[in-house]
Amino acid sequence: MGSVTSFFGGLCGKEVKIEEERLFRANDRPYNLSYQYANNAIRTSKYNVFTFLPLNLFEQFRRLANAYFMFLMVLQLIPQISSLSWFTTAVPLILVLSITAVKDASDDINRHTSDKQVNNRMVNILIDGELKKEKWMNVQVGDIIKLENNQFVTADLMLLSSSEPLNLVYVETAELDGETNLKVKQALTVTGDLGDSTDLLGHFNGEVRCEPPNNRLDKFKGTLSLDGQTYSLDNDKVLLRGCTLRNTEWCFGLVIFGGPDTKLMQNSGKTTFKRTSIDHLMNVLVLCIFGFLASMCTILAIGSAIWEVREGSVFTVFLPRDQGVGAGLTSFLSFWSYVIILNTVVPISLYVSVEIIRLGNSFYIDWDRKMYYPKNDTPAHARTTTLNEELGQIKYIFSDKTGTLTQNIMAFNKCSINGKAYGELFDFSGQRVEITEKTERLDFSWNQLADPKFIFHDHSLLETVKEANPEAQDFFRLLALCHTVMPEEKKEGELYYQAQSPDEGALVTAARNFGFVFRSRTPESITLVEMGKQVTYELLAVLDFNNVRKRMSVIVRSPEGKLTLYCKGADTIIYERLHPSCNKLKEVTTAHLNEYAGDGLRTLVLAYKDLDEEYMDKWRKRHHEASTAMDGREEMLDELYEEIEKDLQLLGATAVEDKLQDGVPQTIEQLAKADIKIWVLTGDKQETAENIGYSCNMLREEMKEIFVVTANTPEGVKEELVNARRKMCPESADEPSVISSRAGLFWLQKIERVEDEKVEGEYGLVINGHSLAFALEKDLHLELLRTACMCQTVICCRVTPLQKAQVVQLVKKYKQAITLAIGDGANDVSMIKAAHIGVGSVVRYGHAGRSLFRDGYSFAQFRYLQALRAGHALSYPMCKSYEYFFYKLHFHLVVQFLVTRFFCGFSHSPVGAANVDTVRDDGKDIADYQSFAAVGADLPADRHERGRILRQVHNHRAGGKKRRQFDFRLGTEVITVGCTCVRPSVIPQRP
Amino acid sequence: MVKEEKEIANRPDNTAFTQQRLPAWQPMLSAGIVIPGFVLIGLAFIGIGVALFVTSRSITVLEIDYTGIEKDSPCYKCSDSDAKNCVCNLVFSIDSLFEGPVFFYYGLSNYFQNYRKYAASRDDEQLSGDLDAFTAPSDSCSPYNYNSNDKPIVPCGAIANSMFNDTFVLYRVVNGAKQLVPLDGKGIAWWTDYNVKFRNPSVTPLKNAFNNTVKPIFWPKPAYQLDTSDPANNGFINQDFLVWMRRAALPDFRKLYRRITDGDYAKGLPAGNYSLTIAYNYPVVSFDGRKKVVFSNVSWMGGKNEFLGIAYLVVGSLCVLMSMVMLIVYAKFKFPEED
Repeated sequence: MGSVTSFFGGLCGKEVKIEEERLFRANDRPYNLSYQYANNAIRTSKYNVFTFLPLNLFEQFRRLANAYFMFLMVLQLIPQISSLSWFTTAVPLILVLSITAVKDASDDINRHTSDKQVNNRMVNILIDGELKKEKWMNVQVGDIIKLENNQFVTADLMLLSSSEPLNLVYVETAELDGETNLKVKQALTVTGDLGDSTDLLGHFNGEVRCEPPNNRLDKFKGTLSLDGQTYSLDNDKVLLRGCTLRNTEWCFGLVIFGGPDTKLMQNSGKTTFKRTSIDHLMNVLVLCIFGFLASMCTILAIGSAIWEVREGSVFTVFLPRDQGVGAGLTSFLSFWSYVIILNTVVPISLYVSVEIIRLGNSFYIDWDRKMYYPKNDTPAHARTTTLNEELGQIKYIFSDKTGTLTQNIMAFNKCSINGKAYGELFDFSGQRVEITEKTERLDFSWNQLADPKFIFHDHSLLETVKEANPEAQDFFRLLALCHTVMPEEKKEGELYYQAQSPDEGALVTAARNFGFVFRSRTPESITLVEMGKQVTYELLAVLDFNNVRKRMSVIVRSPEGKLTLYCKGADTIIYERLHPSCNKLKEVTTAHLNEYAGDGLRTLVLAYKDLDEEYMDKWRKRHHEASTAMDGREEMLDELYEEIEKDLQLLGATAVEDKLQDGVPQTIEQLAKADIKIWVLTGDKQETAENIGYSCNMLREEMKEIFVVTANTPEGVKEELVNARRKMCPESADEPSVISSRAGLFWLQKIERVEDEKVEGEYGLVINGHSLAFALEKDLHLELLRTACMCQTVICCRVTPLQKAQVVQLVKKYKQAITLAIGDGANDVSMIKAAHIGVGSVVRYGHAGRSLFRDGYSFAQFRYLQALRAGHALSYPMCKSYEYFFYKLHFHLVVQFLVTRFFCGFSHSPVGAANVDTVRDDGKDIADYQSFAAVGADLPADRHERGRILRQVHNHRAGGKKRRQFDFRLGTEVITVGCTCVRPSVIPQRP
Repeated sequence: MVKEEKEIANRPDNTAFTQQRLPAWQPMLSAGIVIPGFVLIGLAFIGIGVALFVTSRSITVLEIDYTGIEKDSPCYKCSDSDAKNCVCNLVFSIDSLFEGPVFFYYGLSNYFQNYRKYAASRDDEQLSGDLDAFTAPSDSCSPYNYNSNDKPIVPCGAIANSMFNDTFVLYRVVNGAKQLVPLDGKGIAWWTDYNVKFRNPSVTPLKNAFNNTVKPIFWPKPAYQLDTSDPANNGFINQDFLVWMRRAALPDFRKLYRRITDGDYAKGLPAGNYSLTIAYNYPVVSFDGRKKVVFSNVSWMGGKNEFLGIAYLVVGSLCVLMSMVMLIVYAKFKFPEED
């Protein structure tokens, strides 16, 4: 479609030159208009009333099947050529065209209405220093607009100022990337100072220079020039269209991209059409058949010419020849007549039938209750009809972790306080009791502010807290104070926490239920309700978390005036900073931590430190100096933090369960049985990823070895990879054996593949982002591939979205295997697009990832993958349909060509009443194929087992070495030929 | 309550169709089914083949060529295209009783009734008695739609125009005296042709319908005078016309001319000498065609056709042979069952 419009655009000379850089000034419409940037109106519709018919027909005739039918119909309209009446082709063609047109039209009408609705939404624009309500579509680049809480972001904005302290803004990006947690954006201080003063904002005349419109959701590069100063802009300062403002009263933003240029729109619509391998095979076959048809028609035309000369010129008594029509012309005309009469040879109707089968199958996917998730009312949804038959041939699955394997719900599961572990249940004899759904839950009804959804089973912890055990109370006090969660209290007593990471939310919720309710926060204070009593702590400093520090601390002053530093962080980091007096406690806690890690829990260690007033005063002064310093601010702050976070007193440890989705281990086991390799590509840190690997059965204790690649140099990575390979397979060749071959249409495409290498026993591989970056380089990627493919399980941690896609492409390219990628967030899109089959794990029906999962499948739970793969794989029935088709083709062909032609003077008489034939054939074909497909898709056999066999059957057909199935099709061929011979003779002799 | 309803709004229906629980059956083509299956099919084919072959052998056929190319042929004089109203006499004898009912065919060879242009050269509207098509025959009849004076031809087209017009009279020669063998010309055409496809216009007398039209160029008499003895057997529903209009599928064909069922001949043609008087009108020599008369009786499987039986026998034996081959292959390369 795009090419059509650009084609027409090119005709009209309106081709817009490609934008290389965007430059505009705030509050300067005339200046900005000179660049002709798109305004904020969007148009997702394809047609209008006048263009619908021509454009839609053009679209439809670009499909080979329709064009071919049209061509046939034109031929049939020529009386000298026509052998069948034209309506045998016209009726089905018009039917197909009009059904498609009606569907397209209704789709387009829907798009028109939704466009209209979106374009007419109202927003406050600052015009001439005054706020005016305007329609979305009238917003221009360079306008300043005001957004209020819970409003949709109008366009891609540069954040100027907000109601929140530090110019923060919270946005929900579910619409854009499917992630439901809030994200924080922060304005530059210079612009933040403008506040909500329309006067100041009205005179804001910054000039923005930034990248041209693109579809990268996670990157933005630009600069703001203001009063001779230049400030750099990054993704943190940009609000994208499609997000929703949350927990922020108001904010002002400067429009950078409008309408079609926004990242949301840039991400939508451009779907790369994924074709299946059967499609490719089919195209090759059809081309061969066209060649075959042409040669047959040529033979027959030549035959016709010979007959005309030898017999026809004599047989004129009863059939006079037309004047001037020689044998040459007759044979030329009969060539085209044969094209018509032998059209059943060309499996164009098969294309239509196959489309219908696929469509039906995707309906079955949508309808399947086995893939319906009742908890959030989400049925599975097939957004593609073409990929169904590849589902049975998947060999590699690439999965995201968070939200895909796990629920992305963290649950406070266990803890260790002052050397005592809580969270397990024991019966009277001291045996550990399995916690199930039915296990009695703790009753938190004494606490009015408790979260009813919080579940905990161990009574002893609650009792300990209620006994006013000081360590336990400090433990939960710390959890309630040391975090970045935002509370939201819409009604008295109804608290909602907006957490940036679900871990934090889980911990704060735990504290809340155990009587340390985090109620509200200001930049200077945090208010808790401690065991029913309201307490306000003065917040002196926040030593925030980053990937290097791996810890977070707060310094607070209690109402009694006691100064305390509370710190939580990764065990290794905190342990380095503990006071020697806690060594004994440390040992006990370490034992607990190891236990937790073994269970696949995410752990944090908590510690505190009492501070004295005098030291604190000094430290605060230095802190203030450091944070206002122009040079080396970061280093100075780090140093200060380092200084104060030492000699900590160990409190205990928390264990948060990153809850696996139901049935994940079982599904993974079944997939592994079906010989499918699973690679987990996650942005999480190595420990977490490994934990999840264990808990969902991908890494197993009985694995011979799990290799961990963490080197930071190319040489190191290579060495580790080669060592791993040597261990698995000592006799493997040094150089990878890359087999070059040709494939595709006329074998024009060059392909390279790396053979699988056999390995005894099961291995796992864990590789981190740094190493992966080196391993994906040209000189190492084959090493990575060879080593990784020897392993049963591969876990890549700390990977960027780009690397995810690269990994998928690597496997796709060199293994020539069908890949499936499943993920739930924006960071998985590239991976999903790269893989043959994309699956979106969606949170909410109809909402999440509107821009993401354009084609492929979506459903709510990872475990449905198995149902999808085994239950709806179309390859087997599809192959059967194709086989049946070619069987039928033989039949027609032999009768039409070999038998009849030679007896009727090579004239194009159809066998039987051909118009009836055509209609009946088409109808029957579709019914036959459908029943074939339906029967094949509905074998009540053990589904995963069948899936495996399907893949093996396929592999065998694709030229695998082992012939596993005894092939009886030869026998069927004999019958075909036999029947064909018999058929003309059973045409009854006239009485 | 409302909330609950909303929550399951997207749940797919639980029906046998949507949940793919419709009953289905699929044959599993394992060796245990295919090999016996082939044997059974093969045996069935061989059985049918034997029955067909034996039946076909029991059918008697008597074919006599009367084209008259050879000098010693009684119709030699008639084969000259200049001869008009030529009559020739064909004498033949039957050794033993030719069991009845005997069918009397005429046969043509090297005659392409199935040639596309010939086959299309007719106007079905006209033949179904549509008077509009009488005045304006379809273009498909060209060049036999109008005569040189632009008068419409009825019935138009090459097929009708080339209607076979030799006539035959059969005599049994008993002691030198000729005894007429009655020929039955009723019910020799297809039922559908006679009752459905071909209709005379509902004009009485029939002749009036043909006003302002001309007869086909090669015809001696117009369509409403095809059978002077039986007024009901005229126009488009004349039996001989119907037989001719039903085109043959192959270039060597025979068409039913009469049945011999009446009186003394109901049991068949007794042994003895016969004389066939042929009114030789139809030219075939110019395109190397041949004409013949055929006497034949029929069985439950139709006329004599040895090929059909042989084809069944061959396919049946192939099936059995294949099953043997598969059995050997299976025994030799028996594959371990899938677990």
